[in-house]
Formats: sequence, structure tokens, C-alpha cells
Amino acid sequence: MTTAVKTDLAIFELALRMGDNALILAQRVGAWCGHAPVLEEDIALANVALDLIGQTKMWLSLAGEIEGRGRTADDLAFLRDARAYRNVLLAEQPNGDFAHTLMRQFLFDAWHHPMLLALKSSCEKRVAYIAGKADKVVRYHLERSEDLVIRLGDGSEESRERMQAALDALYPFAGELCAADAIDSELAERRIAPDLSGIGESYIAYLKRTLGEATLNAPWDAATRKGGKNGMHTEELGYILAEMQWLQRAYPGAKW
Amino acid sequence: MYAQMVKSTGERPKTLDEMTPEERAFQQRVDADIKIEPKEWMPEGYRKTLVRQISQHAHSEIVGQLPEGNWITRAPTLDRKAILIAKVQDEAGHGLYLYCAAETLGVSRDEMTEQLLSGKAKYSSIFNYPTLTWADIGAIGWLVDGAAIMNQVQLQKCSYGPYSRAMIRICKEESFHQRQGYDIMMKLCAGTAEQKEMAQDALNRWWQPSLMMFGPSDKDSVHSAQSMAWKIKPMSNDELRQKFVDQTVPQAEYLGLKIPDPDLKWNEGKKGYDFGEIDWNEFYEVLRGNGPCNKERLDARRKAWDDGAWFRDGLMAHAQKAKARRLAAE
Ligand SMILES: [Fe+2]
Ligand SMILES: [Fe+2]
Repeated sequence: MTTAVKTDLAIFELALRMGDNALILAQRVGAWCGHAPVLEEDIALANVALDLIGQTKMWLSLAGEIEGRGRTADDLAFLRDARAYRNVLLAEQPNGDFAHTLMRQFLFDAWHHPMLLALKSSCEKRVAYIAGKADKVVRYHLERSEDLVIRLGDGSEESRERMQAALDALYPFAGELCAADAIDSELAERRIAPDLSGIGESYIAYLKRTLGEATLNAPWDAATRKGGKNGMHTEELGYILAEMQWLQRAYPGAKW
Repeated sequence: MYAQMVKSTGERPKTLDEMTPEERAFQQRVDADIKIEPKEWMPEGYRKTLVRQISQHAHSEIVGQLPEGNWITRAPTLDRKAILIAKVQDEAGHGLYLYCAAETLGVSRDEMTEQLLSGKAKYSSIFNYPTLTWADIGAIGWLVDGAAIMNQVQLQKCSYGPYSRAMIRICKEESFHQRQGYDIMMKLCAGTAEQKEMAQDALNRWWQPSLMMFGPSDKDSVHSAQSMAWKIKPMSNDELRQKFVDQTVPQAEYLGLKIPDPDLKWNEGKKGYDFGEIDWNEFYEVLRGNGPCNKERLDARRKAWDDGAWFRDGLMAHAQKAKARRLAAE
């Protein structure tokens, strides 16, 4: 006889989405260590990656706990295949030049910070707790991203061109952050997570203001590219996981 | 070590009688363990030697990010990944403190960077070896940071104030680096047969290069005497190397690993280990640029610098625009 474990699927998905965003982005950002344009950026990017890994641990531990099948944060990070990953497509986009890395971070942080602020008042206490631990450092991430986007957008001719090219390439992925699906609607109804359309409105208003100051223009009407939240990823993710999970997969059961 | 082959004046230290009054006053301050500060008079040779040593040390921290950074995306658990990122980040921070310390001697960070990228300035030979397996990350923390601590602890007593203070800050972080490396080795050695083999293989490859970190043996080290007289480098290469071997052998035994040296043997008379001759040929080849990764390391640093030019220029352009706007508004 098997006892059916009853998983609260909506909360499980929320924790995976938050955790996978943080993990996949950290994986991307962490690859810059030692290769950034100046020493201060090596240090700053390492900081961002570290904060995101810290958050990954909290979100994925919660996911494992909610799921109730004994999977740890590491199990979820290292032993899940691409179709089970729930990060937005934006997070898995390649590092490209430094402008792409900064723009990806900016578009993410600008959503991440208000999202965490809203999650702080989640009626699910464990969600509120993690959001409360994360929101201050993410605010710092956003301040840094915003500052760099403005300075480089309104910088030299080349820096402006590069930032604009990065924005053109990445903006289509931003829409997924605020696009609600059935799970998001259920979470909002149960007051576990905010209504994403509300977050989306202020997100766009914020982007318009800040990108304007940076003298950049987003392709506002571009079609939104999405699917990651439901496990439909770009081809990038497979390579990210192949690299990240390699040791765990090559030596099954080994402790590190 | 991180500064393995620092050219000093190339001459024997002067005796007090041979010195000018200024030099004598300076030497007496050094002898009395009074720290020398940036604005004070100092012999030109002292300044130049320090610039070489501190910049080599800084470059080593910077290039040292690369072999370990190589494993950030492949670290096997979330904790290991976080610890490794934090460690590599510390090394970048060490580079930063050290460049600042060197700048107090009248050389700019850009000049030093230029010297590194042109191949004119040296960095530690150890970072020209490849990290092939996860165990290499353990071995580097254990051995390379272990050797770095040994060197940097004595440099806390360096006569030059800013360098000595940078070392005090850095040493606090280094012991965490060594512990995390040893911890990786412990996990591997307590693990599967394959993991233990990985650990032994890493020790086999990193042992000799770690001993080389302390620089040539004292008998071949022409520049040590002056540096020691100036207390730029309080202990000799061989003294430090011996200390390192004596400390590390029991640690290897505890792990159940074998030091790859058939001549290694406890010497009761000197209360230390005798060990085999180091392959100095290899050492000089690596310093000459012919190590297994010299090319990759410099290429990576050059690429980072060249690819980042637009970023640095962009920030500069913004600062100028902002300044012009402020002036126009006045
Ligand atoms: Fe260091
Ligand atoms: Fe270190």
C-alpha cells in the first residue's frame, strides 16, 4: 500500500520558479568571475551570484519540503532535467558581451525586487520569510543595475549602441516575468503571491522611466517570448544543466 | 611565492658605515621595527623592490581567479558553489588591496595592468597549471592557499606599512580558503574509491608546483639578502618551504594520501622532514612562459581587458557628460 503524498502544487511551482530563476541566473553570472572588464565588476558580479545562490537554497529547500518526497535543494538543482526546470527564459539567455549580462540583470532585478516586496506579505509564512530575507540584497542589485544601465546608455556612442542592442535582444523575454498563467492566478487568489498584472504595470512604467533616462528605447511592441515557467525552454538550458549537473550525474550517489 | 622571483638591487646590502646619513637613518628605523609609511624618504632600491614584489603579488591574486573560477559552473553542490564563488571573490579583493598598496609607491593600477598583459610583469608559477578535476579545487585550497598563508603571515611583519596592513587583512581570509580546500579533500577521501583516486591524483600533480611557490632555493636566490635586510621579506625561501612541508605532511597522512616524493623522510636531528630535490628546470620553464597554461591565463586576462574597454570608456564618457551638465547648470 502506498500513502499518497499530497503536494500543494501551486506553492511547489512558485518555489521552483523563484528558486530556478535565481539558480540559473547565478550560474550565468558566476561564469564571469575573473573575466569582467574591471576588478570591481568581478567582485560585484560574484556578490550577485552569491546572493542568488543563497536564495536558491531557500526556495528549493522550500520546494522540497512542500513536495514532501524528501528531495533536498541539491537534489532539485542537480538531478532535475530541463523539462522540470521552471525559470523564465530571460534567466537562461547567454552572457553575450557585458552589455547583455547587465541588461539581462537589469530586466530581471526590476521585476525581482517588487515581486519579493509583494511576497513579503504572502499568507504562506515560509514564502513571506524567504522574501523578507531576500528583498534587501535584491534592492541593492537593482540599484546597481539601474545605475549602470543609465551610465552606459547615456555614455559613449559605443556603450549606448551595445546597451541598445542588448535591450533589443532581451526585451522580448521580459514579458514572461509578469505574464500570469493558471498557477499564478490561483496563487493570487489564495493571497500567496501578488497579482502579476499589477506588478507588470508598474514594471513597464519603471522601465519606461529608467530606460528613458538611459536614452535607450525598448521594442515595446515586440512579441513576448515565454514558456520557461512551464518547462518549455530555449536550447540554452540543456547546456547550462549539462555543465552544472555533470559531477552529480557522472558519480551517482557520491557525496561532495 | 606569490612573488617568487623579485629582483632587488642585485647587490649585497650596504653596511651601516657605507650608507649615507639618510640611508642609515632609514635602516635604523627598519631595524627598530618601525613601519615605513608612503610619504617618508626611502632608498630608491627599496621602493622599486617593493613595487615589484607587491605588483607580482597582486597579479598573482588576479590570475589566480582563473584556475578556480574554471570550476564555478561545475561545483557539485549549491554550498560548494557558493563557497567557491566567495573564495574567488576574495582573491579579486586581495588583488584590489594590493594594487592600492602598490599605488602608494607611485605606480598606477593601469600601469601595473599594462605590465601584466604585456608579459613584462610576473605572477606566481602555480597559476599556470590546469584544474582538471574537482579534486584540484580541494588541492588548491589546501596546498596553494596553505603555502600562501605561510608566506603572508611573515609578510605581516614587512617593514612597509601599507603592505604589512594589507597582509593582515588578507591573512584573515586565507585561513578560510585553506579550510574549505581541506574540507573538499576530506569529503573526497571519505568517499568512493573513484573520489579518493581523484584526490590522490590532484595531490600528485599539485605537490611539486606548490613547493615551487616559495621560489628558488636560497643558494640560487641572489636577491634575498637585500630584501631581508630591508625586512621586505622576513624569512628566506627555504625556511618557508621547510615549514610548509612540515605542516603539510601530517595533513596528508590524516587524509590517507601519499605525498609523491620517495625521498620524503622525517629527520629527527632537524625535527623536520627531508624531501627530494625540486624539478627546478620545470620551475624556470614555467616562469619563462612555457608552463601548461601560461598562454591561456594571459590570453584570458587580455581578452577581459580588451573586451571591457568599451565599458570603461562608456563610464568615463558618462562622467564627463554629467560634469559638463553640472557646469552648464551653474
Ligand atoms: Fe589571496
Ligand atoms: Fe586565497
